[in-house]
Amino acid sequence: MTTAVRVRGLTKRYGDVQAVGGIDLDIDTGEVFAILGPNGAGKSTAVEIMEGYRTRDAGEVSVLGVDPGRPTREWRSRIGVVLQTADDVAEATVRETVRHFAGYYPNAKDPDQVIEQVGLTDKAGKRIRQLSGGQRRRVDVALGVIGSPELLFLDEPTTGFDPEARRQFWELIGGLAHQGTTIVLTTHYLDEAEALADRVAVVAQGRIVAEGDPTTLGGRATAKATVGWSEAGEHRSQETDTPTRTVLELAQRFDGEVPELTVTRPSLEDVYLRLIETPS
Amino acid sequence: MSQTATRAPAPPVARQPSAIQLGLSRAALETKIFFRERDAVIFTFSFPIVLLLIFGSIFADDLEGTGLNVSQLYVAGLIGSAAMTGFQNLGIGIAMDRDDGTLKRLLGTPLPRSSYFVGRALNTLFISFCQVVILLIIGVALFGLQLPSELSTWLTFVWVFVLGVLGSSLLGIAVSSLPRSGKSASAVIAMPFVVLQFISGVFIPVNQLPAWLVNIASVFPLKWMCQGFRSVFLGDAGATLELTNSYELGRVALVLGAWVVGGLLLCLTTFRWKGRRDG
Repeated sequence: MTTAVRVRGLTKRYGDVQAVGGIDLDIDTGEVFAILGPNGAGKSTAVEIMEGYRTRDAGEVSVLGVDPGRPTREWRSRIGVVLQTADDVAEATVRETVRHFAGYYPNAKDPDQVIEQVGLTDKAGKRIRQLSGGQRRRVDVALGVIGSPELLFLDEPTTGFDPEARRQFWELIGGLAHQGTTIVLTTHYLDEAEALADRVAVVAQGRIVAEGDPTTLGGRATAKATVGWSEAGEHRSQETDTPTRTVLELAQRFDGEVPELTVTRPSLEDVYLRLIETPS
Repeated sequence: MSQTATRAPAPPVARQPSAIQLGLSRAALETKIFFRERDAVIFTFSFPIVLLLIFGSIFADDLEGTGLNVSQLYVAGLIGSAAMTGFQNLGIGIAMDRDDGTLKRLLGTPLPRSSYFVGRALNTLFISFCQVVILLIIGVALFGLQLPSELSTWLTFVWVFVLGVLGSSLLGIAVSSLPRSGKSASAVIAMPFVVLQFISGVFIPVNQLPAWLVNIASVFPLKWMCQGFRSVFLGDAGATLELTNSYELGRVALVLGAWVVGGLLLCLTTFRWKGRRDG
């Protein structure tokens, strides 16, 4: 497995604030990697450094084998960045914009195919100004992938989306991941990290506080489960390492159906909140 | 992904499109978008016309002893203004591009930085050219402007125009780093430009301006551009209206040339790609 991104000891400070205080990361080719964290945690700064938009104070960064602090045209044609649109392309149509940007790249995809891939074929002739927020973000994705990038960066891509738009967006990203594109995204939506990511890193106060598979992050898989039910008119719950046995005991006690039975394991949110609270 | 025997041969390494080609592509896109913003189009093209009509009608005097009309002076001045459009266009336009994310987006692509400037400069040149053509048409149709008949005069027109547009554009690019935001850009840049037009002899003939004001104006290219254009349209007869009784074309070339060089230096040293929010 080759490494797409390698970060060691990344630091960046703005005046008195240590935005990023020593981050180490390894992102493999072809995986979807999510960087989770609250606002101000430093995740956007870290990603912008990886994208080549910001300079770093210290540390090594290698994206597709190149230091983003010294970006070349050739490197830029191998990565894609999905920005939040702006008003910058408002008066052009979707098709015009995607076609125009295709011209920047040596190995561009077919613009109409990309428009179809992002689900905007029937809006292709419309000016970007006339699109909804979710549709504009699809244009951003189109512009990010038009150059057939090996690696795609997305920074909080579904902020402000309604649930349906978010789900559709996840399908779009899932499709790209399926084609082998390495994807690095930042988000503060836990369900998004869970839905999309192969691996997650949680960033708080400029440092990584946990990293791994979303299902096992922070010991989720092995933490106590909580069995809940209703008895004598009130809700009761019990933490247990052996939820199945607890349920069976309840079933015997109630002689059949246990009222309002639930079995839950700590959600990513529970783990996440605990992780970002812990002073590092 | 595993390699199979039937895998297609790797595509030939594609060449990156050249910076100039991409500059042209950007110019085409910028121009197309410009003509879609109806308000901007109307204002940009009608403003000099309206000014010409107003000033030409108010001050419809004959200039003593020259057989010329003051409106011809205005045409020359407004053509100078039109050639300096780039200063305002680029100054404000680029500040807005920085603010609304255009520059950030372009920075993330393999577009060469020079292509962005080439695109903007060509777009500005085209707009300036259109404004000049419109002014000439109105000048000839309504104000009896005489188009020059000699080739050498047209050559003068061309080099004054080209140097003037170039210098103004470079200055516009440099000054676009000044406004703190896209929104304040209009105010920060338009105001000095209006003042400059008044003191450079666009609306008020130079020989009616106080000397100290003209001296200040002489630092900047607009006064010299207008002078150059006056030599084209008012000819020898109008030379007596100039402060030194001559058009000083050599000096015009010198000052405009210096501004091209100076503008380029300023751009290279001060241009900001990132906005204040972007670190």
